[in-house]
Amino acid sequence: MTTRYAFGGDEHIFVEVAEEMSLDAFFKGLSITQAVRDSDIRGVTEICPANASFQIKFDPDVIAADDLLTELKRIEAATGSGHSTLATRIVEIPVFYGDPWTHETLMRFRERHQEPDGTDLDYAARVNGYAGVDAFVAAHAGSPWFVSMVGFVAGLPFMYQMVERAKQIEVPKYLRPRTDTPRLTVGHGGCFGCIYSVRGAGGYQMFGITPMPIYDPKQEIGYLREFMIFFRPGDIVKFKPVDRAGYDAAVEEVDKGTFAPLIRNVDFSLAAFHADPTATNAKLLGVLHGA
Amino acid sequence: MALEILKPGLSTTVQDLGRPGYYHLGIPLSGAMDREALIAANALVANDDGDAALEAVFMGPEIRFTADAVVAVTGAELPPKVDGVEQPTWQAFLIKAGQVLSFGFLKAGARAYIAVAGGIDVPMVLGSRSTYPLGALGGHEGRALKAGDVLPLGPARRKPKPGALVPPGLRRPGGRDVELRMLPGLYWHRITEAAGRHFFDDVWKVAPEADRIGYRFRGGRPLDFLPREQPFGAGSDPSNIVDSCYPYGSVQVPGGTEPIVLHRDAVSGGGYFMIGTVVSADLDLIGQLQPHQQARFRAVEMAEALAARRERAAALAKLKAAV
Repeated sequence: MTTRYAFGGDEHIFVEVAEEMSLDAFFKGLSITQAVRDSDIRGVTEICPANASFQIKFDPDVIAADDLLTELKRIEAATGSGHSTLATRIVEIPVFYGDPWTHETLMRFRERHQEPDGTDLDYAARVNGYAGVDAFVAAHAGSPWFVSMVGFVAGLPFMYQMVERAKQIEVPKYLRPRTDTPRLTVGHGGCFGCIYSVRGAGGYQMFGITPMPIYDPKQEIGYLREFMIFFRPGDIVKFKPVDRAGYDAAVEEVDKGTFAPLIRNVDFSLAAFHADPTATNAKLLGVLHGA
Repeated sequence: MALEILKPGLSTTVQDLGRPGYYHLGIPLSGAMDREALIAANALVANDDGDAALEAVFMGPEIRFTADAVVAVTGAELPPKVDGVEQPTWQAFLIKAGQVLSFGFLKAGARAYIAVAGGIDVPMVLGSRSTYPLGALGGHEGRALKAGDVLPLGPARRKPKPGALVPPGLRRPGGRDVELRMLPGLYWHRITEAAGRHFFDDVWKVAPEADRIGYRFRGGRPLDFLPREQPFGAGSDPSNIVDSCYPYGSVQVPGGTEPIVLHRDAVSGGGYFMIGTVVSADLDLIGQLQPHQQARFRAVEMAEALAARRERAAALAKLKAAV
């Protein structure tokens, strides 16, 4: 990993920790951005961690661009390869795979897709070498995912699958982006999963939909009352397949204000994950399900 | 004391100087696309710089006032009328209770700012009254105005003076073809040297897809990429990167064909490479560009970007002093 610094105009410093995605790159970026936050540098106005990079917005009337650059490099050197442990939370997200709403949308934009004759799930299963959609869904919902970035639009999580690279699901994005995506679509593009927090344009393949809102600008939903955005970088996600009845029941609970997401606090160690991903994931899921 | 929206115009939103501090969660700054014009309009009606006003795109709204008010319209040349009688732009005027503010046809620029003494008093959300329609956040019910909406006004901060004006030499109504200064960088190294030259040599035109999120440009030659094996996680197109943050003003070129300059409602990140960033001093100019208008990009270094920033700050100080 070679860190690359670049100015984004006169108000941003853009830092690429690594060209390719890895949990190591994410953790290094997270450590540096945490250290920048702790340093409380005058003139720094926004600190935005991303998957394998991060961005600092600053006021050049308060701090000179070169001075901030020097300071960031000093922090990077002092942080080293970064902390490899994280006190975080694991969240279970119900997903209705192959639901009628994303199905309607993917049919509407079929001419923008690599494989007009199938569905996005058919395509993703095939290009990733799965026997069929069921096996693919089992893999998608089988391992935990790491929230490595929040953004694009309000509160949208980018999620990195916590399995060995050879097993990671990878799919190209649509040939041309759609102009519509249902709210709460569970999507995938490149190596990243996502949940569309709002309805809108999108280029990721669509696998299903969750009944659990993750963004509420009115702050009326119980678990979003304190803050309108659910996800934070570093969260761990586990998808749970539900059928139509399970989806409808959850939507009803959300509407009634009784839906409570399953959330548990966990400690994650990057070294332990690298040493044995299967055992680490089993332990995480044990915490989630109260084992 | 309120504004009754009789006709909303094409897309009229409540905007102030924006909502900093939440970009790391995908909530952009928002706020006036042409910040100088907003500050000028507020100055004319004796408001604070960051009070909320209306931003009208291409076409003005029609508004009935429930009480006497002092109003100023700046930015695009969109002639205001009070009960059908034309009023000057860049100058404060009085409107009486029951009278209707409407607008003639757009003569230049793209976005007019309609400030009313006291400011538009919609609720503050995360520290700002700006509307972010994509996130249904802020402004009036998180959306562009509709007929029938009623907007409350705040109490006047100082006594406004009808007739106060911005001297013509200090106005920037837009309408001219522009040169946008850009600091090359970010993923500039991904394109060939020839592509880099073409980008600055070519004349670009604003595409119809130009809004608060970003301005798309067309008409220049496509950019050629230097060959590389795509890094893991980036996606297969040579213009793809591992999804990263996007600076405000950054210039991304999906597929290497049509550059998009991100603006106040920017998507905070994504998987397209960027070749640089338009300097902060020139972002206001973009907000006044109409589709089909021409623009050139010019490469600058940091020193020139900062000089441009100082120059705009000085011009704004002069404008406020003159008002």
